[in-house]
Amino acid sequence: MKLDLALRELHRSETSLGRRFRRVGERHQADHDVFHLCADLAGWSDDHVRRIAEAGPSHGVRLADSPPRNGRLLSSVRKMTSVALGRRPEPGLLLLADLRSVYLHVAAVSVDWELLAQGAQAAREADLLELATQCHPETLRQMDWANTMLKELAPQVLTS
Amino acid sequence: MTDRIAEPWGARTPYAAGQRWPDRVDTELAEGLDPEAVDWTQSAAVLHSNGDGIDIASHNGRIAGVRGRRADRVNHGRVDPKDLFGWQANNSPDRLTVPLVRDGGRMVESDWDTAMNRIVATTKALLRDAGPGSIGFYTSGQLMLEEYYTLGVIARAGLGTNHIDGNTRLCTATAEWALKETFGCDGQPGSYTDVDHADVIALYGHNVAETQTVLWSRMLDRLAGANPPHIICVDPRETPVAREATVHLAPVPGTNLALMNGLLHEVIAHDWVDRDYIAAHTVGYDALAACVADYPPERVAKICDVAADDLRRAAEIIGHAQRLLSTVLQGFYQSHQATAAAVAVNNLNVIRGMLGRPGAGILQMNGQPTAQNTRECGANGDLPGFRNWRNDGHVAELARLWNVDIATIPHYSEPTHAMQMLRFAEQGTLRMLWVSATNPAVSLPELRRIRHILGQTRLFLVVQDIFATETAELADVVLPAAAWGEKTGVFTNADRTVHISDKAVDPPGQARPDLDIFCDYAERMDFRDSDGAPLIAWRDPESAFQAWQRCSAGRPCDYTGLSYEKLRGGSGIQWPCNAEHPDGTERLYADGEFWSEPDYCESYGKDLITGASIEPTQYRATNPDGKAMLRPAGYTPPHERPVDDDELWLTTGRTVYHFHTRTKTGRAPQLNNAAPQVWVQLSAGDARRRGIREDDPAVIRSPRGCVQARARVGGIRDGVAFLPFHYGYWDADDDGHHRAANELTITDWDAVSKQPQFKTSVVRISRGAEEDRSGW
Repeated sequence: MKLDLALRELHRSETSLGRRFRRVGERHQADHDVFHLCADLAGWSDDHVRRIAEAGPSHGVRLADSPPRNGRLLSSVRKMTSVALGRRPEPGLLLLADLRSVYLHVAAVSVDWELLAQGAQAAREADLLELATQCHPETLRQMDWANTMLKELAPQVLTS
Repeated sequence: MTDRIAEPWGARTPYAAGQRWPDRVDTELAEGLDPEAVDWTQSAAVLHSNGDGIDIASHNGRIAGVRGRRADRVNHGRVDPKDLFGWQANNSPDRLTVPLVRDGGRMVESDWDTAMNRIVATTKALLRDAGPGSIGFYTSGQLMLEEYYTLGVIARAGLGTNHIDGNTRLCTATAEWALKETFGCDGQPGSYTDVDHADVIALYGHNVAETQTVLWSRMLDRLAGANPPHIICVDPRETPVAREATVHLAPVPGTNLALMNGLLHEVIAHDWVDRDYIAAHTVGYDALAACVADYPPERVAKICDVAADDLRRAAEIIGHAQRLLSTVLQGFYQSHQATAAAVAVNNLNVIRGMLGRPGAGILQMNGQPTAQNTRECGANGDLPGFRNWRNDGHVAELARLWNVDIATIPHYSEPTHAMQMLRFAEQGTLRMLWVSATNPAVSLPELRRIRHILGQTRLFLVVQDIFATETAELADVVLPAAAWGEKTGVFTNADRTVHISDKAVDPPGQARPDLDIFCDYAERMDFRDSDGAPLIAWRDPESAFQAWQRCSAGRPCDYTGLSYEKLRGGSGIQWPCNAEHPDGTERLYADGEFWSEPDYCESYGKDLITGASIEPTQYRATNPDGKAMLRPAGYTPPHERPVDDDELWLTTGRTVYHFHTRTKTGRAPQLNNAAPQVWVQLSAGDARRRGIREDDPAVIRSPRGCVQARARVGGIRDGVAFLPFHYGYWDADDDGHHRAANELTITDWDAVSKQPQFKTSVVRISRGAEEDRSGW
């Protein structure tokens, strides 16, 4: 049985996704919707991490229930830089690159949820299937958000 | 006659449920004039969204007064105090009368050729060097239908830019999106006549007494008659509506969605729902029920800081209503989770089957007189005629109509919303912005930022207005426009009533109608269609209207049954008006049929929390038969919130005596005298804790700025302060920027409608001397 591996991998990928959302938000504070939404969506990943950690012990894995916080210093440096660069066009391209990386990262998390759900069904682990059923739709919404933002911003960034 | 400053709603004319609302004709004329001695010209009101039919008096080539139109279905002769006195602004000596251009850093008087040629030269240079994405248009909710439509064709088929939006983004974007999310398409379901029949009227964040005084008169007259309706009021302030309410719920700002989920929870838990209607006409009920199951009254009471029993009582009244009329405005639209909360109001009416019958309806309101036209003509983030930008068939219809290559018309993403346009300008990729009939330097959030963006030398700013606004001061070219009463056109109010507004007098000096200006630009740019014919084949309002009629044919906002002639003489007429409905349509969705069929709908919708677009295939799978969609969402806390007792919520809003940034109402003596200066309202407890008494000077600070205002104590819940947003700087006593409420507001917007949040900023307030302007 390797479901513990799937759980471990999901825990790792959701933890780093939450961190990535925060980092991207802080880097683009002058794009106000990106800044606010990234913080909100990081919260979804935090919540998933907590749920995965709760499910862990009954499947033989012990996982941290909250992701390690970003350093405050780095975080405020990122925010200050984003404000200082806020009036230049180059961050537009950087934002596109960041959203692209978010999209790909969420896609990987989505695949991990699918793997867990498939494994859980085969092993008849109802609690893990329930976990995936609860969390995976939110992962897909995170991905839809990144996709929508990419579509909206790309025309201006790539033609200006 | 009643003093309409002291009594804005005038004398009562009571009536009972189901009766016709009695007439009451209000008139105001310049002193010494006789109603028989003046010329009367048909029009409608432009200082709010109600769409009251009024006649303009003119005498010796000047506007000299107004009179309500008895025959009009909207107002039955009544006139709002702003309209009674606001016409005087037309005659103001400081009207813009000549074009201005920037020379050597300052604005100088010029002529039309010089001004227009500068705009054309800049446009052509930008198209050559940077492409159409470098040009944007920010228009209004105060122009006329013909003008929006013309501007939309110029932007999309002439230039090919996706950057066109209106200040309607600040007032009505959420109304539109709430309707699109639930019904797949824009279009006001209800009618003002629902007030005549309703047994419960629930007003959500809608201070109708000040925003639409004539509609409030209608409600007051029902309250004064036999079988009055119950009023449910949701508002953090003790508004006139709250004082008449059976239940007044005053939630903490930013918690509207939690409150709505609480009401839905009660209605569903008690099975006060119309199961047959839900089964026949909706999708998504189970998901809605599952979502709101998490919002029992006790939890909601805690989130919103309202009494659980008040919530239960409100739900019981709504749940037992036979004819439920729900109305929504800025308290929801300009707050956190705006679209989700407005959609929740739709959900409430839909699950109770309260739609499309007299008294049972939804009014998702507007803030401005012609906002509906901005929406339907495609100047508010949509394609004209409620067409779906993601539906290639819809875009092809436009390409055929305009005879241009489909690739010219941007449809690769949603049209750019105003806040994003400003962001592009801030980054320097949008380099020409043409602002018509609006004043972003006072009305947008976080004004220091806005002034910086609009004041950049790398941005070519065109301002088209009737007065030298705060925005015009930052412009490179200023174009003097004709005002209401000085041009002809039609416009449509919040309940789909179309009115004609005829020209009564000539515009002053060289000022020209906005339609003229747009057509002139098109001609100088020499925009052509695929066959080499002029793209804009019209020059006068009536031919522009006819062009729009062709565009509207077969769409929900069908104007094909209307004409200037038909609109003259009687009452306004509600669209759709076509061969099938020659007298217009009072209520939409009477038969439980919607415009949400996948190939016809205006939008496939968005995720209510993230704003992510819903894919066409997903829409088709969940709503193949075009039903009403029940979309739930959970409450999330606002992004900025008070951290201690020292900090308060700030909400901004209107006073009954002013409109927008006071460009007109501030120039009408009666209105200006009624509310000449900005004030801050806070609760007795919050005032006491800060040592502030009535009329004391106060300093209001946020991380973004500082405003000084006199205190008004009471009439608002604890923890919340209110500032009216009308006051800018054109008539300020000094040079600072400490008067406009938007110095303080946060830059944040709803994920779905992109409407900025003006109701959820955080401030600190202290008693302050005039010179104390220290920061946050």
